[in-house]
Amino acid sequence: MTRHQLPDAEDALAELAARMRPAVDHDAAFVGIYSGGAWLAERLARDIPGQHPLGFIDVSFYRDDYATTGLKGGTKRSEIPFDVNGATIVLIDDVLYTGRSTRAAINELFDFGRPARIELAVLIDRGGRELPIEATYVGARLAVARDQNIVLSKSAAGALALSVEPFRSA
Amino acid sequence: MRNPQLNADGALTHLLTLEGLPPDIIRHILDTATPFVSIGEREVKKVPLLRGKAVFNLFFENSTRTRTTFEIAAKRLSADVINLNIGASSTSKGETLLDTVDNLVAMDADLFVVRHAQSGAPHLIAAHLNATGKRHVHVVNAGDGRHAHPTQGLLDLYTIRHYKGDFSNLTVAIVGDLLHSRVARSLIHGLTTLGTPEVRAIGPRTLLPARIEAMGVQVYEDMRMGLRDADVVVMLRLQNERMRGTLLPSAGEYFKHYGLTLEKLAVAKEDVIVMHPGPMNRGVEIDSAVADGARSVILPQVTFGIAVRMAVMSILAAA
Repeated sequence: MTRHQLPDAEDALAELAARMRPAVDHDAAFVGIYSGGAWLAERLARDIPGQHPLGFIDVSFYRDDYATTGLKGGTKRSEIPFDVNGATIVLIDDVLYTGRSTRAAINELFDFGRPARIELAVLIDRGGRELPIEATYVGARLAVARDQNIVLSKSAAGALALSVEPFRSA
Repeated sequence: MRNPQLNADGALTHLLTLEGLPPDIIRHILDTATPFVSIGEREVKKVPLLRGKAVFNLFFENSTRTRTTFEIAAKRLSADVINLNIGASSTSKGETLLDTVDNLVAMDADLFVVRHAQSGAPHLIAAHLNATGKRHVHVVNAGDGRHAHPTQGLLDLYTIRHYKGDFSNLTVAIVGDLLHSRVARSLIHGLTTLGTPEVRAIGPRTLLPARIEAMGVQVYEDMRMGLRDADVVVMLRLQNERMRGTLLPSAGEYFKHYGLTLEKLAVAKEDVIVMHPGPMNRGVEIDSAVADGARSVILPQVTFGIAVRMAVMSILAAA
């Protein structure tokens, strides 16, 4: 079901966790894409039973729009503290839109090794794909105008919240 | 006149010197270098940022380490690297510097890494590219004469920040031949721009530039006085060719007064770090016990240098 109203971030996360719980390998590694996906990965690793090694990935060096937008400040170091070779990895992102960040993240993961399988978990799927990429697990589906950006934020106490902002062009 | 290093939007398009560079740009380069350090620890030591770009190493003056680290940095960014042995080619047939550059631009060069014995040569190339509408081609100064060596200055700043956190409480002592050192000049500009409260120059008057105090440094001819409570000690290479002139009595005499030993280092702070841009002359400006000792960060400097050069090239290529 696709909604037109912004869901509560905590509700969407509970829904995402409910979908992952019965299906995710008990030893699947969770890799969050900075910054929103990293917060989600930490929460999901806590909430979903099993042993889930945590990793974080910054896709800035792999983006296909680097030539036009350059490097933004605040690029973080990707941290993959487990052996990627043969691992089952759940990539975790806050919003799935064009699929380009996911493509970049998959490319980057392969520079660490050859995973056995990669799945994709997203809090919000907003449609609008420009690449043949689909999420394995989705918290909520949402229709948003093209000129709008969905932004996940985290409060000092750790509570997640979603908001819609005008798209900032590069 | 506008700073020739910056484009109309104020973004860095050439890196020629740290002098006059806004502190935000210096910090942005250092911040960008941090995630690049980890690329060297991966199975595949490459990211695709500069895929399809052509980087030309134009070294009119010999250098192994700097040329190699630029080459590694460009290759880790997936650029194509072309090393030109300039001494043995066109210039010896009489081609001018700018004609060489124009020919390489016609071969679709995207970035030039330039080292030249003449101060100002990289600046001349950058100004020529700007004036001829080749604004998509970038220049990195890899050392020009006595003028500047900005990527070495940046990697020194990166190393200091890595070990000391920030610059606001630091005492940095630079020891040796500051007169002929473009490394020292670039580092001093970087340190003062980032707000280092105390920068000291230590060396015999014959090896210190006249009016060096105008750069914001304090001069010490007595090394033990200058090292007192220092957080960072930067040793400079004593170039052997300087010995032949009248600047110095002998290597032995120099080591006695300005060579860094554990005994002299004892007056610095307990957690002092010792840096050297290389190549080192053991027993001339630095004792092996210091160079290989616990306070030395000389080899991490080399590793950080690759990440810093990756940061510089990736920032320029997107300008």
